[in-house]
Amino acid sequence: MSNQSALKGIRVADFGHVLAGPYSTMLLGAMGAEVIKIETRKRPDEQRVQHGGGASTDYESSSNFFEINLNKLSVSLDLSTEKGRDLARRIVSVSDLVMENMRPGVMDKLGLGYKDLVKVKPDIIMLSLSGFGATGPYRGYTAYAPCFSCFGGQAHLTGYADAEPNTLTSSCDSRAGTAGTFALLMALNIREQTGQGQYIDLSSSEALNALVGDQMMDFSMNQRSPTRDGNHDAIMAPHNCYRCKGNDRWISIAVATEEEWQGLCKAMGSPEWAKADAFSTPLSRWQNQDRLDFLIQEWTLNHGHYELMELLQGVGVAAMPSFKAKDLFSDPHLVSRGGIAEMQHPRLGTRKAITPPWKLSETPAGIMRTAPLLGEHNQYVLCDLLGMSRQELAQLIEEKIVY
Amino acid sequence: MSDGSLLKLKVVELCSFAAGPYCTRLFADFGAEVIKIEQPGVGDQARNRGPFLHDIPDSETSGLFLYLNTDKLGVTLDLETPDGQNIFKRLIADADVLVEDKSPGEMQRLGLDYEVLKQINPALIMTSITPFGQDGPYRNFKAYHLNLCHASGQGYMLPMNSTSFDREPVRGPGFSGEYDGGMSAAVATMGALYWRRHGGTGQHIDVSKQQSTLHLERSQMRRFLDTGKSPNRTGMGRLLESLVQCKDGNYAILILSSQKQWEGLFQAMGQPEWGAREPFNTQAGRSANYAELKEHLAEWARNYTAQEVFDKVQSFKSACAPAYTAEQFFNSPQITAREFLVEVDHPVAGKLKYPGLPYQFSNTPKRMKRHAPLLGQHNEEVFGRLQYTKQDLVRLKQAGVI
Repeated sequence: MSNQSALKGIRVADFGHVLAGPYSTMLLGAMGAEVIKIETRKRPDEQRVQHGGGASTDYESSSNFFEINLNKLSVSLDLSTEKGRDLARRIVSVSDLVMENMRPGVMDKLGLGYKDLVKVKPDIIMLSLSGFGATGPYRGYTAYAPCFSCFGGQAHLTGYADAEPNTLTSSCDSRAGTAGTFALLMALNIREQTGQGQYIDLSSSEALNALVGDQMMDFSMNQRSPTRDGNHDAIMAPHNCYRCKGNDRWISIAVATEEEWQGLCKAMGSPEWAKADAFSTPLSRWQNQDRLDFLIQEWTLNHGHYELMELLQGVGVAAMPSFKAKDLFSDPHLVSRGGIAEMQHPRLGTRKAITPPWKLSETPAGIMRTAPLLGEHNQYVLCDLLGMSRQELAQLIEEKIVY
Repeated sequence: MSDGSLLKLKVVELCSFAAGPYCTRLFADFGAEVIKIEQPGVGDQARNRGPFLHDIPDSETSGLFLYLNTDKLGVTLDLETPDGQNIFKRLIADADVLVEDKSPGEMQRLGLDYEVLKQINPALIMTSITPFGQDGPYRNFKAYHLNLCHASGQGYMLPMNSTSFDREPVRGPGFSGEYDGGMSAAVATMGALYWRRHGGTGQHIDVSKQQSTLHLERSQMRRFLDTGKSPNRTGMGRLLESLVQCKDGNYAILILSSQKQWEGLFQAMGQPEWGAREPFNTQAGRSANYAELKEHLAEWARNYTAQEVFDKVQSFKSACAPAYTAEQFFNSPQITAREFLVEVDHPVAGKLKYPGLPYQFSNTPKRMKRHAPLLGQHNEEVFGRLQYTKQDLVRLKQAGVI
């Protein structure tokens, strides 16, 4: 195994804030790209300061910021000043990729739009990540993750059949961000062939819709809009989450084949009820699944979730606990695969962190560095990369351009 | 514009259902040649999954299969036979990328694992997508999309607006755990491809679907590290957002995560008296009285349609969106204006609108999408290139190899 990185030598100018944008560049950093986060204390990344109950004045101890800004350097530039914007353009002039997720049009107003950046770096690849896209009647509209999941059709498909839609979690930001990472890498590979960069306009709502594209086909084919139905499936049964012994403990069980059904019956001790006509075929099991779910849960209630996982997997039944965060950080499987790493942060101390979901045999990916303090790498970026003198830097700090 | 702006890449796909096929579809979207291998006479499991055109099950009209396999070439090949294995190796000799989703150890049993394929083609990037990855104690565990969602930690937090622990945690939408795995595999594969083009070699990539979704939830998971408490499905009882039901029965989401968001919303509501006084005039006060705040918002929203709420709130620069059904999404003026839905003509399913690409590239023009392959549709074309004669193919077909 080599210790090379897939994206070594690639530099990213990151104008991202909140979650989707920063997540997309963090993934590039996990494969070895040098990601420079351009931010300012004049208007700090929400993720550094916002909490449910208000705004913090401490910019350096947000664990949420840490989680999605690993693998990055930070340079602090006030983009409301001409000099700040000029320095940002100079960073772009030595970069390969640019990512921004401001409201559509803001980068243009700052003189940092694609048409400006292409002048300083002709083959630059620029990704604009927005809620609804940079064109169309809603281009100026603003959005956070719950808006993408609502507009993109995911919320309507999530939750109980008899209750309201569900907007899921902040993972909808990460999903849109991952689509952004893919788009940037695709453009980078195309640049290798053509020598040409490009501008990428990504709609987060569309990115989420693409992930339920098959559900959309029902409308296309049958003019029908599918709806949420808890854990149930269109054809499989049993297919649910069952309560186990313990405090809010659950096991998910999904049965697709006759063999799996027989395995489940065997694991349950071949109860009489399972032999009833109501459960004798896949169709009858599906039709009677509410009763079936009740009876299975009568059994699972007496067993632990890990015990059921081992027992059912042992007879070829797909059964996994509904894991809590606590379980996952110490789960023997994830730990053995290196899925959890330990990181240091000057303010947060020693912390566990989830590693990237891929193992690359020749270019190992991972958490390359901890999240940056605001402006921590000003000297490296402005002096070492852009060739500015220490004196000039001191002057810019004085003028609050580097701020 | 010329084809020069498209991705030059030869991909072999040995996958079924959603994760692997979604991964290679993302490459095919940009012009990669994807040769999809299916079991003779059986095909990809997705073919047996609905929705079906007019609700008539037919292995050529599954909406899931049609959506995930556009722009691919389809061949049939039985890898249990020596002839099948030989043909597979000849396909690999000429490929840049192999994406496969067999259970760990299965490729080795067939004599087609990375160590073998690397000898045939050292530049090969082989991406393996499995529920739990190639190693570790759960590597041989079985998991369908339901289990993936719960094993990743996502399910336990859903539905995130629960008011109690009485009901069960639920899965994400559709086959989300599968798509998450496919998307993350596509990212890693593109990274590996870049490296190979810059003097690197081929390599093997091991992708875990469980970890793919887990990684997407890191911002939630870290709440356990902060507080010692695992985030759960009652987690939205706090001031971030509020779902409201509108006059037309549709839902819309309002964002409350900062003072700035509140100010726009307050204006959009016509500066109601209750919002101007304590406790609702500060973020801390709204947070402490979240349940009551939700009632006020719901009461206001009942006077307008979801579209009206959306337009009103957005006109004051605050975030908001309607919770669209498939039909509403298809009819959205934004989706129409961006031409996100694309028409694909299929020999059996006919002309239908499909969700397209969520990103628009300025120098890589949108192309007409080719329909998903019929089972074995491109056998002659693909195997013919490997110098098999028409008569060879007849023999292979009779032997059940293709």
